[in-house]
Amino acid sequence: HAPARASGRGSGGHGSLDKSITLPPDEIFRNLENAKRFAIDIGGSLTKLAYYSTVQHKVARVRSFDHSGKDIENEPLYEISVQEEITARLHFIKFENTYIETCLDFIKDHLVNTETKVIKATGGGAYKFKDLIEKKLGLKVDKEDVMTCLIKGCNFVLRNIPHEVFAYQKDSDTEFRFQMNHPNIFPYLLVNIGSGVSIVKVETEDKFEWIGGSSIGGGTFWGLGALLTKTKKFDELLQLASKGQHTNVDMLVKDVYGGAYQTLGLSGNLIASSFGKSTTADKEFSKEDMAKSLLHMISNDIGQLACLYAKLHNLDKIYFGGFFIRGHPVTMRTITYSINFFSKGEVQALFLRHEGYLGAIGAFLKGAEQDNPNQYSWGENYAGSSGLMSTSPDVYPMQRTRSGTFDMLEMDRLERPLVNLPLLKDPSTYIPDTVDLTDDAMARKYWLTCFEEALDGVAKRAAASQPDSIDALERAEKFRQKYWNKLQTLRQQPFAYGTLTVRSLLDTREHCLNEFNFPDPYSKVKQKENGIALKCFQSVIESLDSLGWEERQFALVKGLLAGNVFDWGAKAVSDVLESEPQFGFEEAKSKLQGIGSSVVVVGTGYCGPPHKCALIFADNSGIDIILGVFPFVRELLSRGTEVILACNSGPALNDVTYSESLIVTERIAAMDPVIQSALREEKLLLVQTGSSSPCLDLSRLDKGLAVLVRERKTDLVIIEGMGRAIHTNYYAALKCESLKLAVIKNSWLADRLGGKIFSVIFKYEVPCK
Amino acid sequence: MEPLRNGGGAEEKPRRRGAAADAGPQRRRSSAAAGVDSATGPQPHERGGSASRQRRDSVRKNRPLFPWFGLDIGGTLVKLVYFEPKDITAEEEEEEVENLKSIRKYLTSNVAYGSTGIRDVHLELKDLTLCGRKGNLHFIRFPTHDMPAFIQMGSEKHFSSLHTTLCATGGGAYKFEQDFRTMGDLQLCKLDELDCLIKGVLYIDSVGFNGHSECYYFENPTDAERCQKLPFNLENPYPLLLVNIGSGVSILAVYSKENYKRVTGTSLGGGTFFGLCCLLTGCSTFEEALEMASHGDSTKVDKLVRDIYGGDYERFGLPGWAVASSFGNMMSKEKRESVSKEDLAKATLITITNNIGSIARMCALNENINRVVFVGNFLRINTISMRLLAYALDYWSKGQLKALFLEHEGYFGAVGALLELLDSA
Repeated sequence: HAPARASGRGSGGHGSLDKSITLPPDEIFRNLENAKRFAIDIGGSLTKLAYYSTVQHKVARVRSFDHSGKDIENEPLYEISVQEEITARLHFIKFENTYIETCLDFIKDHLVNTETKVIKATGGGAYKFKDLIEKKLGLKVDKEDVMTCLIKGCNFVLRNIPHEVFAYQKDSDTEFRFQMNHPNIFPYLLVNIGSGVSIVKVETEDKFEWIGGSSIGGGTFWGLGALLTKTKKFDELLQLASKGQHTNVDMLVKDVYGGAYQTLGLSGNLIASSFGKSTTADKEFSKEDMAKSLLHMISNDIGQLACLYAKLHNLDKIYFGGFFIRGHPVTMRTITYSINFFSKGEVQALFLRHEGYLGAIGAFLKGAEQDNPNQYSWGENYAGSSGLMSTSPDVYPMQRTRSGTFDMLEMDRLERPLVNLPLLKDPSTYIPDTVDLTDDAMARKYWLTCFEEALDGVAKRAAASQPDSIDALERAEKFRQKYWNKLQTLRQQPFAYGTLTVRSLLDTREHCLNEFNFPDPYSKVKQKENGIALKCFQSVIESLDSLGWEERQFALVKGLLAGNVFDWGAKAVSDVLESEPQFGFEEAKSKLQGIGSSVVVVGTGYCGPPHKCALIFADNSGIDIILGVFPFVRELLSRGTEVILACNSGPALNDVTYSESLIVTERIAAMDPVIQSALREEKLLLVQTGSSSPCLDLSRLDKGLAVLVRERKTDLVIIEGMGRAIHTNYYAALKCESLKLAVIKNSWLADRLGGKIFSVIFKYEVPCK
Repeated sequence: MEPLRNGGGAEEKPRRRGAAADAGPQRRRSSAAAGVDSATGPQPHERGGSASRQRRDSVRKNRPLFPWFGLDIGGTLVKLVYFEPKDITAEEEEEEVENLKSIRKYLTSNVAYGSTGIRDVHLELKDLTLCGRKGNLHFIRFPTHDMPAFIQMGSEKHFSSLHTTLCATGGGAYKFEQDFRTMGDLQLCKLDELDCLIKGVLYIDSVGFNGHSECYYFENPTDAERCQKLPFNLENPYPLLLVNIGSGVSILAVYSKENYKRVTGTSLGGGTFFGLCCLLTGCSTFEEALEMASHGDSTKVDKLVRDIYGGDYERFGLPGWAVASSFGNMMSKEKRESVSKEDLAKATLITITNNIGSIARMCALNENINRVVFVGNFLRINTISMRLLAYALDYWSKGQLKALFLEHEGYFGAVGALLELLDSA
């Protein structure tokens, strides 16, 4: 993000801004070549531009060789090729109105392939800049209603960004408390605090109603504040307010009651009359104190009205937005206080991470209705999005400057719609993360350091995965730099992308890798390991079949766990695998700690009648899937249980992908009649998860998977691996029986859980009736 | 003015009059009486003979001793009601304690006291019968910051020698209790201000205003030409929403004489209007602020719906004349430089008034009450606000809500305190 900051600094900060800045094109207005469907939201001081574009990026493809008549022993299992793929992405850029002309020029110069004729426009400034836009871009400006856009944008982010909503708590360790979105986002109240206040009740995607408002809003704070303090800028007024003492200006209950308020059970610090102490011509009041008093007056008033409207309409979700809020800790704090006070804690003031973009998103969606953008699922691209910046003036002055210049949001269109796993016990309370790193400072420090330390290795692996590419080293370095910067941002502002979790750290890394065209750094490793493991498959099966039932079950579980040791994502493992090429299945088995105790769990677990259908979320390629999971799948099939094997849609680390799983399964079927007939009879089904993450979010899964799970009346869910079973779904409650198993391949985590590295987690859960 | 516990609703549970444990005059009286009768013995100014006979006579007839006062000590203003007996017999006159006589003469022969005390002569209630005595009820106010001078005066006039109970309500009853005791040798009987307020409203409305109606409303509030003030019969008052606008605002839902609750309150009240006007215009009195406001044009200061949308905002059914952002035009430097103090005073008045109207309307809807009675000294000589409240309630509720007003605006708490004194006897 250096270029954006540099342009801000080059302009001299305050005062006259140099409008001839050179914008770093690849950093800000990305993918303009294929951009279409522009929309613009021009507010009082910030412009938000939106466009749809296609992104061409490389993807790894696997294809089975025709092995007939060839020497199977010395050929790789399958062919890997890198292909170009085109995906859709939404770009949103926020910049100061001062830059609008420069930006329009830039867009004009770089817009080549577009067939776009109109630009949707909303916001108070749309009218003012209409002529300029039409002249510069040669597009017809088509104005859209501000509130309609805002609501459309709000629905969009609530539906597509899991950690969009947060509550603000200034005095706790975690300022931002993110909430998982409720599966049903309606109804809600949107309180937009612009120059005035609009209170809108939103009932469905298309049904919303203005139910009230107030003229006392951001304009009152700004206008009245400017009169009282001779301070012209809104931000400066907020800064004044954050330094003031309102008790010098306001008449408090204790001023009226003297010291006796305690005996009446009153809080003496309540404001009895705002500005009640300034009813004199003889006294001077400080600017800071007056600004603070004004801020309290306005925030309290808005909070009170919002509560009255919420009560009248029986609503408990209130989202606040508008320039008065826009990430300002000061106003979020006072509004939160007010809502808490007037609702007696029954209603929580909620804020949106992308609140500033709602109008632009909504205007864009209005213009893209024929593309049916609401049919798709979208995902925030962490690599291309700036994240939420604290604008707290005293905490992060650097970040403040930066957030004042350019800010970006990118949303990727996902190939397939994502839905909840139908087996979730309560989708509204499901949280796909075990530890909230925003909350847990110690864990946060550890994991950030852990990802920092692993970064060089990941970058090296990425470069090595493309030996034929001349710029691979350069791209790998860019990737390293980008992810390193993300990690530093997260050290400062853990809330930048919602709740910080191991999952979000992993996903961010995947997004950054993709950004620099490293779609699958482990493709060759996976290919090799799959080949090796396949060769051992039959002997593993033979030795299992020679065992008695109970012994076999134990061996199967041990195999599953030993397979799970082969995780390139865990540094302790990748170090071993790099240095000891001979490290294999048996070596892994010998590493396992505490395996004995899990036998008991197996005994109590699935000894009953066979399950109808088991859903298995697989983890790693190679030994894990082939020698750990498949024998277990085979056992389930033999028991009469159908199996749905779910693998990632896209690559992540050395996790097995759906397309790899197809090849692997085909090869196993060729060796094993049980698997073969199960495939033929559709008792073994391979599906994709819809995800490209080493973790597992059961609230965002491929729709096809969900349909199948329902059709087959799935009654057992098996989740394997640290990323899926420990970091994300350790506490996930399901409607049916479930088995979560993994090997802890991280000594810090093992220590924290009270065990040693390579301890096993084996959790068989039966839902309580 | 009456600023109570607002800036936020401290409680909402229904309250019953007299339920407030520490507000009962009886308890206070008994402890005070104990102090007089046994512990400290005769007071310096106590006289024997006929005077004490007359005073004992009063007690026997279940009447408190004269003088009869009710005091409401608010955040900004002290409101004092004084019952002047007009049926004093010659014998009584002769036997009347000197100190008592001097107080009566001082209060009734003046309309102003010191530099800040004022008797609202136009509000005087004539020929009232209270506890079997006939007389006039006087309404006096002075700023709360002159409270020490008032206590000093009471001390100089040997008020404590009269052994009367001084019933007081409002926050100042607590704040100044100690001063009354040490400087004036007086034990205050502290009363719950909401109890007093409601008691006062119901009483004054029932006795009427010297043959006229105490309660009134504005007919055709949305039509400037045809709008007129008309009497309103509040015979069946319940339920009603009582909005008391003092320095701050309290909103009560009243279901019966005995059953009411405080719904909410706001810190944006009369004190906010006056305080902001002082800062914005340099004025120094409430009257001055209102006078300025009456000559100003708030549309220069406020951003209206039509300033943003060029006319009505039809999508939401908002008329162009509605204020979209109070003081919204003041975000612009040019406009800040082109407005007058009068415009600013008017905008402040409109902002505060509209906001109170809006909160009152929401409370009325939530409580399902359609009559809203506005009281409090913010409305004194403030026709602009009263008409605006009447208009706003009518317009935004599409005629469903009615704004009512009472002639004795800010004095109901003090009247209630006086009534508590009489009831306690």
